[in-house]
Amino acid sequence: MANESYETHEHDVLVIGAGGAGLRAAIEAAAQGVSVGLVCKSLLGKAHTVMAEGGIAAAMGNVWPEDNWQVHFRDTMRGGRMVNNWRMAQLHAQEAPERVLELERWGALFDRTKDGLISQRDFGGHRYARLAHVGDRTGLEMIRTLQYHGIHQGIDVYMECKVERLMKDGDRISGAFGYWRDTGKFVLFKAKAVVLATGGIGKAWKITSNSWEYTGDGQSLALWAGADLIDMEFVQFHPTHMVWPPSVAGLLVTEGVRGDGGTLKNKDGERFMFNYIPEYYKGETADNIEEAERWYTDKKNNRRTPDLLPRDMVARAIRAEVKAGRGSPHGGVFLDICTRRPADYIRKRLPSMYHQFKELADVDITKEPMEVGPAQHYVMGGVRVDADSTAATVPGLCAAGEAAGGMHGSNRLGGNSLSDLLVFGRRAGLYAALYAKNVGGRLSVDAGQVEAVARETLEPFDRPAGENPYAIQAELQETMQNLVGIIRTEAELKEALKKIEALKARAKNVGAGGGRTYNPGWHTALDVRSLLTVAECCAMAALERTESRGGHTRDDHPYSDDTWGTVNVVLSERGGGISLRREPLPKMPDELNALVQEKA
Amino acid sequence: MPTYTMRVFRGDPGGGEFKDYRVETGEGMVVLDVIHRIQATQAPDLACRWNCKAGKCGSCSAEVNGQPRLMCMTRMNLFADGETVSVAPIRTFPIIRDLVADVSYNFEKAKQVPPLRLRPPDPDGKYRMMQEDVDRPQEFHKCIECFLCQDVCHVIRDHEDKKRAFAGPRFFIKIAGLDMHPLDTRDRSAFIKDQAGVGLCNITKCCTEVCPEHIHITDNGIIPLKERMADGFDPIVWLLRKFRGKSTSRIGRDRTSR
Repeated sequence: MANESYETHEHDVLVIGAGGAGLRAAIEAAAQGVSVGLVCKSLLGKAHTVMAEGGIAAAMGNVWPEDNWQVHFRDTMRGGRMVNNWRMAQLHAQEAPERVLELERWGALFDRTKDGLISQRDFGGHRYARLAHVGDRTGLEMIRTLQYHGIHQGIDVYMECKVERLMKDGDRISGAFGYWRDTGKFVLFKAKAVVLATGGIGKAWKITSNSWEYTGDGQSLALWAGADLIDMEFVQFHPTHMVWPPSVAGLLVTEGVRGDGGTLKNKDGERFMFNYIPEYYKGETADNIEEAERWYTDKKNNRRTPDLLPRDMVARAIRAEVKAGRGSPHGGVFLDICTRRPADYIRKRLPSMYHQFKELADVDITKEPMEVGPAQHYVMGGVRVDADSTAATVPGLCAAGEAAGGMHGSNRLGGNSLSDLLVFGRRAGLYAALYAKNVGGRLSVDAGQVEAVARETLEPFDRPAGENPYAIQAELQETMQNLVGIIRTEAELKEALKKIEALKARAKNVGAGGGRTYNPGWHTALDVRSLLTVAECCAMAALERTESRGGHTRDDHPYSDDTWGTVNVVLSERGGGISLRREPLPKMPDELNALVQEKA
Repeated sequence: MPTYTMRVFRGDPGGGEFKDYRVETGEGMVVLDVIHRIQATQAPDLACRWNCKAGKCGSCSAEVNGQPRLMCMTRMNLFADGETVSVAPIRTFPIIRDLVADVSYNFEKAKQVPPLRLRPPDPDGKYRMMQEDVDRPQEFHKCIECFLCQDVCHVIRDHEDKKRAFAGPRFFIKIAGLDMHPLDTRDRSAFIKDQAGVGLCNITKCCTEVCPEHIHITDNGIIPLKERMADGFDPIVWLLRKFRGKSTSRIGRDRTSR
């Protein structure tokens, strides 16, 4: 490296990640008149947002005029079991409708109501039909719209580029250093502000709906740069994914199936969700089939079907049914829409589901029930940010989307992710640009820092016979799947941390053969480090929180504990190790608290 | 479980060759699973692009036994036990390494398409569109940009000299989608003719045949664009079309015959 030259690019704002949040951030920053670079790990338009199915939650009131931001706020806070950052949840509920309409003005074609407005569909935990959607391919519509709007905004896009480390000038951010995946050559970005929009951490688990990209890059980059993470114990296991054949286990089955009338059944044909209505949701959940059926068309006089309880509750119910021996042949439960809705309706509303079951499992969902089960899907925790500005705890660093924590508390409602990306993506771009405009003088990047990262990045090539990165990744996935899954215990979490420690030691010897040109073995060797970092954060925080809440269930502490309802678990890296502390949640103003306490 | 010989292209712009890997498969596996298994156990540096493994992102395009396909949607049980299955990069675009091709041509073309120009909203500030008027452009919005249609297009594949003024099927449906957008007011006639070069397409429908999203690229996208070119540009017809809504015009009419 000592004599290897590398290219340098300079921007006011550098956005890392080009899914919904990153693209929206880049568009907003460009609109502020600053120079913007957008780094994507894959090709543009391939980020994880493309896989989102059901819709974008926004209280537009097109289907139910009674809907408004207050109800959406209430649903979101209750869904997160009240440990959400209230200000983020408020901004999100207030701004989501305008963000959806903006997408429409940029060319998105949502499904329509009969009056020609944007149609909205039912989803779990939402009091009214609220999700703007395009069949079951809403994420594709969203990313394509942002992508084609974005390419005309003067943004420099760096495709297939991976950031290895953030650069700092004193306390503040001054850029990022990484490599081109296609050539393996290094690249330095000098930037006054950096927005992390890198998504989640799902590749730490074996059964996940997440793609190879979700290796906790943003969370790790932030942590290594001295920023705090919060809520890393809260991991969403979405209840419905394909379970068979094994090669597609973890492939998402949209909640829209249940939103559009599908119901969960066990092997005896029983609609078991009626047996799992928690006290907290009794007031707004139908306790009999007749009421649940009436609810689809009359939401004012009936309570919601328990099939659409928040995701954490449905996932635990499915797990319990399977454990009790009432599961489907391949270890899931049945999701039935074929006996409940006409075939044409199913194909029109759920074309991707129809397609994926037909082509990958030889199942015709208009004729047979699907077999589904939970899989890791999302992380509620992430980079700790200021609600209004998305600023992390390091000057010049912002984070948005799944990479940021706080918005969703302990459990995210379906549909609130795409709206989160838009609302906080825009805010991140805006505030990063404003921040950059106020940074005087020239920032410097320390050549020594660059040199050190470059050396470390090439180290795997010094050990062609070193540890196999794929094997380390697979063992980590096995560990997290078995020991840091839906249901956790102290003993298992401690064992997980021990195993992670051992894997970290082995990862120091990870090797790569071949050259630097598009070498996935080398890329995986590098990604393993961030993956181990976020896995450790998750297990540590999960061990600390001795209660059950949302996406964190402790078998040894099965109930929610009010004292835990007032604190976040905060993680930071000091002196090479990860340390952990509890900090009080921001206090919600009384008028918002009143909204949340309101009965359904 | 069946074992296959996978004949995978290994190489770069300097050249390369097919290499054989013996791989045991499991139930339901697709070609992409097998490629991953080779990476994990035999050739860690085997290059391939992929993201969603669900047919939604269009990253893992390749030629499997010579057929352009998504590796994630190609089940191994299509092939007989013991059969040799070849996997090569899509061949119209320059190779980077192994199964990864340089598809930047498509990203350049994307930038050239004149974007949406919206008409003003209704007096109450809202935009209204009826479902029947968005059905057709929604079909084009299903495109996952796998570029398999661009890969098999004869103009792009065989006529290096014509590529500069030719957009290809992916962008014909992009343009058609914008043109059929009920709220769009932009006239793209000159672009369609001169820069997108729709006249060069000779409607062999190869693009439509390989589309994993089963979009009727030729019938519903390209032919309506060609008809507009043949009709010539009539400003009065164009204005009527813009103001009456596009569903009544020939361009929005359903041409699906199957």
